[in-house]
Amino acid sequence: MSGIAKSFPGVKALDDVGLEVGHGEVHALLGENGAGKSTLLKILSGAQKPDSGSISLAGTEISLGHPHDAQLLGIVTIYQEFTLAPNMTIAENVFIGREPGPGIFVNWREMVAETRALTQRIGLDLKPLTLVRDLSVAEQQMVEIARALSMKSRLIVMDEPTSALSSTEVKKLFAIIRDLKAHGLSTIFVTHRLEEVFEICDRFTVLRDGKQVGTGAVAETDLDNIIRMMVGREMVAQFAHRAAAAPGAVALEVKGLTRSGNAQDPHATVLIDVSLDVRRGEVLGIAGLVGSGRTEMARAIFGADPFDAGRIIVDGQEVDIRSPQDAIASGIGLVPEDRKQQALFLALAVAMNMSMASLDRLSTWGFFIDEAAERRLVEEYRRALNIRMADPQQLVVNLSGGNQQKVVLARWLALRPKVLIVDEPTRGIDVGAKVEVHNLLFEMARSGIAVIAISSELPEILAISDRIVTMREGRITGAIKRAEANEEILMSMMTLATELAA
Amino acid sequence: MSGQPIQRDSGTSGFDVFSFLARFAPLIFLLVLMAVFSIMEPRFLTPLNLFNVMRQVSIYGLLAIGMTFVILTAGIDLSIGSLLAFAGLVAAAISKGGLSNRFTVGEGQDAVGYAWYLAALGAIALGVLGGYLQGFAITRLKVPPFVVTLGGMSAFRGGALLFAAGGPISGFEPDFVFFGQGRFLHQVPIPVIIFLSFAVLAHIVLRYTRFGRQVYAVGGNPEAARLSGLNVRAITIRVYVIMGFFVGLGSFVLAARLNSAEAVAGTGYELTVIASVVIGGTSLFGGVGSIFGTVIGTILIGVLLNGLVLMGVSSYIQQIIIGVIIVFAVAFDTFAKSRRRRG
Repeated sequence: MSGIAKSFPGVKALDDVGLEVGHGEVHALLGENGAGKSTLLKILSGAQKPDSGSISLAGTEISLGHPHDAQLLGIVTIYQEFTLAPNMTIAENVFIGREPGPGIFVNWREMVAETRALTQRIGLDLKPLTLVRDLSVAEQQMVEIARALSMKSRLIVMDEPTSALSSTEVKKLFAIIRDLKAHGLSTIFVTHRLEEVFEICDRFTVLRDGKQVGTGAVAETDLDNIIRMMVGREMVAQFAHRAAAAPGAVALEVKGLTRSGNAQDPHATVLIDVSLDVRRGEVLGIAGLVGSGRTEMARAIFGADPFDAGRIIVDGQEVDIRSPQDAIASGIGLVPEDRKQQALFLALAVAMNMSMASLDRLSTWGFFIDEAAERRLVEEYRRALNIRMADPQQLVVNLSGGNQQKVVLARWLALRPKVLIVDEPTRGIDVGAKVEVHNLLFEMARSGIAVIAISSELPEILAISDRIVTMREGRITGAIKRAEANEEILMSMMTLATELAA
Repeated sequence: MSGQPIQRDSGTSGFDVFSFLARFAPLIFLLVLMAVFSIMEPRFLTPLNLFNVMRQVSIYGLLAIGMTFVILTAGIDLSIGSLLAFAGLVAAAISKGGLSNRFTVGEGQDAVGYAWYLAALGAIALGVLGGYLQGFAITRLKVPPFVVTLGGMSAFRGGALLFAAGGPISGFEPDFVFFGQGRFLHQVPIPVIIFLSFAVLAHIVLRYTRFGRQVYAVGGNPEAARLSGLNVRAITIRVYVIMGFFVGLGSFVLAARLNSAEAVAGTGYELTVIASVVIGGTSLFGGVGSIFGTVIGTILIGVLLNGLVLMGVSSYIQQIIIGVIIVFAVAFDTFAKSRRRRG
């Protein structure tokens, strides 16, 4: 493979963009949300056609009219949202549409054997006849990779493969990518976690506003340089620390929160005797791998999922929380981990998204919506959170990820909560917006809100928390002050602490 | 699609041909259709004919208003035709003062029944009860709306047949019949006034009230609605109760117009009503749509059928045309949805 180049002037989405990936190379495709990465990937996978420009593979110009064309040529794309059929087995998913066998029949024996060979090669230790719906996110991703390998791929495109993975799972993925590389396969790797670029990638290309603004060897650049290309401005540090605040009274106390798992679902995480407290003005970080129970704990406190035992105390008063409505009435808010699935009304306007939890306060006689009050609320939080939008009636789907997240934060701030739980507050948003969201969390704490922040990114946890609690397998495994913590300590608390506690 | 006063797409600058078409396609289609019919058939564009068309669509229209609420929550109600027949019989029986004297009370008879408003209230009460039961099954027993209302379709029809013991109930007091056959100022049919008044009321509820906002939220993203503190169950039940209210009201107007109620009334109404709502731009996926669109959609189907009748097109061909239009309307909805996703 000599490389891929494409250019197509005229349209805003991508303007004369070139991309060249060498044989056996891991190539980082970088850029803020809306920079044109997704469009480029869609063209490369044959899902969209470019207006102009050309793609060549191993020196020959090719044309991709349909995703099938790209697959036949050995270009396989693994999207952020997986394309697996949940009610089919791993083997069926790997060979979907290409089942081996005579005529219309499927040779199951051959399919299972080949699937086993593929999964063993990438270190996925599961029976080929396991149903995909029983797999974790990381395991599903490995099935996608197995499928890509089974297609005799030459180029695998991965769109933010690490965003839903824990650190251990990321290490595993990187080992697979290195193995693919050793076999001469090329990888295009899209990520928002820039440190990964230096860990795994050989070369990089940065897009901004649909233009290619830089490309080169990773070894010859540094983090600051890449960030500068992405945002077009100088950033002092990726994550700014803040001065430790003096926390006030205990706002939320959780005692002995326990939730037994569902026997039908091997990945249902249980909560075992989870106790913690958070003070006004404090940011409490929750660190834990995917599946450690951190999200389940947040959902249980918020009343989104039921729990079997435990007490929740807000401002010294025990509260009975059975639904999100109860939690909201007690002054607890939750910014869920999946913005599009759990927080946003994509077909509705920004204003309606922002006011959705405050309709009680914004209506006359609890019936008619006071639109003037709603406009004032939207304007207040647009300014306070620096939300970039054309006008309040704009559909929220048209905002960037960072601005969408600010709309969700505004929805909760408008309720003036005592406790705000934020689950992965910066997942999938670009570097500049991350810093803004962090500053907002500080601002909330300063105004007296008790903030509980859950994040898979340890640098983020270290940057925003005053105090950090670690979780593993549904248990709290330790608590530590930010000043005493670093990534290594946290990682060992998250992975080894059961032994320490025992 | 059509008439989305609360969902302006201002993300794109300048004139977006697609979003203009998406919003006004049903209205444009209606105007074109009316132009074509008035050229081909002079009788079409007379006040008498137009009022007749409006009176014919009024009952479908009342049902379509309720159905708009249901479909906005990504639900469906297939039981409306059966419930309409049942509720109409209840109104008729009350007007007659009971089932036993159904042949002795009314026009030209001596015995006295109950007043029209009690008949209307009885029909609405049964509709609301039917809607509540189905809403309860959908939210508490977690059975999909399609299945619950398919069951309701059969059960309410059975209830109607049992209640009427097979035969129709005909001949009501003039006060009762007025609501179906009367005209305001000797011109505007009363059903049209009822339909349009409730359309305005429903528009206000959806556009300006907290409940309306919550209906869009539950249909757009039920999980996000729940996590925003909305009582998704209560909102869903209320939507089916509203549907039931309009079925009861519609059954009263229908019985008044025909001066008769029978157990086989309303057969196939669900299809026409769902078609009107979808053609009016309300998305079967939930969260997108408007009463304005539904009114246009209902009139559009009425005009289409009326025009075809005037032109002497057979009713079989009419059914084929309606079927094809439904499929195209949903195809357009799916296309619009994929565009919204990309937006």
